[in-house]
Amino acid sequence: MPRLSWRRLTGGGERRWAMLGLAVVVALWEIGHRAYGDFVLPSPLATLAALGRLAAGGELGPAVATTARDALSGFVAATLAGSFLGGLAGRSMPVRAMLQPIATMLIGVPAIAWVVLSLLWFGSSGLAATFSVAVAAGPLVFAAATQGTRTVDGGLRTMARAFRVPLGARIVDVYLPHVLSHLLPALGTALAMSWKVAVMAELLSGAGGIGDGLAAARAEVDTAKTMAWVVVVVALLLVVERLIIEPARRHFETWRRGLPGEAA
Amino acid sequence: MNGEGGLVAGGVAHGFAGTKVLDGIDLRVPRGGVLAILGPSGAGKTTLLHILGGLLEPDAGRIDRPFERSAFVFQDPLLLPWRTARGNVVFGLAGERLSRAERLARARSMLVKVGLGQGDAGLYPHQLSGGMKKRVALARALAVLPDLLLLDEAFSALDVGLSREMQQLVRLDAQERGVTVVLVTHDLSEAVRLADRAVVLAGRPGRIVARLAIDRPARLRDDAFVEAEIRRIAALDAIRDAFRPTLSG
Repeated sequence: MPRLSWRRLTGGGERRWAMLGLAVVVALWEIGHRAYGDFVLPSPLATLAALGRLAAGGELGPAVATTARDALSGFVAATLAGSFLGGLAGRSMPVRAMLQPIATMLIGVPAIAWVVLSLLWFGSSGLAATFSVAVAAGPLVFAAATQGTRTVDGGLRTMARAFRVPLGARIVDVYLPHVLSHLLPALGTALAMSWKVAVMAELLSGAGGIGDGLAAARAEVDTAKTMAWVVVVVALLLVVERLIIEPARRHFETWRRGLPGEAA
Repeated sequence: MNGEGGLVAGGVAHGFAGTKVLDGIDLRVPRGGVLAILGPSGAGKTTLLHILGGLLEPDAGRIDRPFERSAFVFQDPLLLPWRTARGNVVFGLAGERLSRAERLARARSMLVKVGLGQGDAGLYPHQLSGGMKKRVALARALAVLPDLLLLDEAFSALDVGLSREMQQLVRLDAQERGVTVVLVTHDLSEAVRLADRAVVLAGRPGRIVARLAIDRPARLRDDAFVEAEIRRIAALDAIRDAFRPTLSG
């Protein structure tokens, strides 16, 4: 069982190359450490040691849980609202014409501005982080859902109508697979963004989480600890991407196997 | 085979974005009859077929369509790219009250009829050749056991032998169950093999410029008959006039 999940994390047949790429990064990191010293760039080993201390000190677990809660709650809200409104906008010109400028506007607002605003609106509760994440990631999901719904093949819709296929089967078999091919890549991007914005919000709100840990590390001028937190965020992102997004994409897109540009 | 309760169109006209593409179309196909719609491209053949099949509401005129189940084969196969050949045939049955096992069984046997075996049935459309896709589309239409079958250039991407085989399949299936068939084609020999009457659409907007009847029963039409009949029809003035614009330009 552990073997299986390890394969999943490293991506099966490509894992040797992935490992090689990772090794190159660690090597460059070590070289940088030797050139600039402990203060600017602690060695990978020192970072690992700091990470160990965080885990042993009982800071790591709660911080990861809080950040995961902040990021995932915002992400789920963004996904639900974004796909619902996007689906609507894709099918109806007036809704699209009305919502698209709003989405563009929302994308234009810097994520850090959302963090500041939501801290003012919600105080330093967890809700501030959730809101910032949702409002930053939502428009991305919306845009993808709109595009996906709008570009569903008109011929296939006519065909479904000609065979008097019931609405449920039409949604599942005609709309969903096409919309998902637009939505899933956007969800990957939105998820990555969710972690970043959640950490940003936590850093400013001081209500716990990895961001709070980063703020503390900065106050203590502890570079190794800072790097340790960064490693934690990246690891979390990779695990979620590999365990949730990738398998979902594979599950929904088995039919793509053998298409030009797709792995067999 | 009496003419009662057949497909009737009266005074049908239709346009897209202000441009009239069909005007003054009157026709009737008795139950169990086979009508071919012939004509140069752009004469509104596909539009007429969609109106007859109920996919388009005409701007004017009326359609009597006393049928329970109609099925289409479109000019493009229009298969779901994310479903296998079998899955696509099953999808066509989604509106029928059948168990999952019945759907699968019917899809499988229909695919075998059009010459696609177990191995092919599990392939996705992008793994199939153009001719195989057309056959899947035909299987999807025949699987619903339609009493009205609408074919839009259904045999055009197939090689000669295969297209003859598929025509035979449609003819037998139609005769056996008394299916009413309307087929759009630009291939005169296809019309002569399958249809017992034909209309020729031409002009803009498209009107019926000629009506033909092919009286010999379809199963008695041999190659010599088909050849002679094509020659006879191609020599008609109305047919020559209808196809002239596309021949010269």
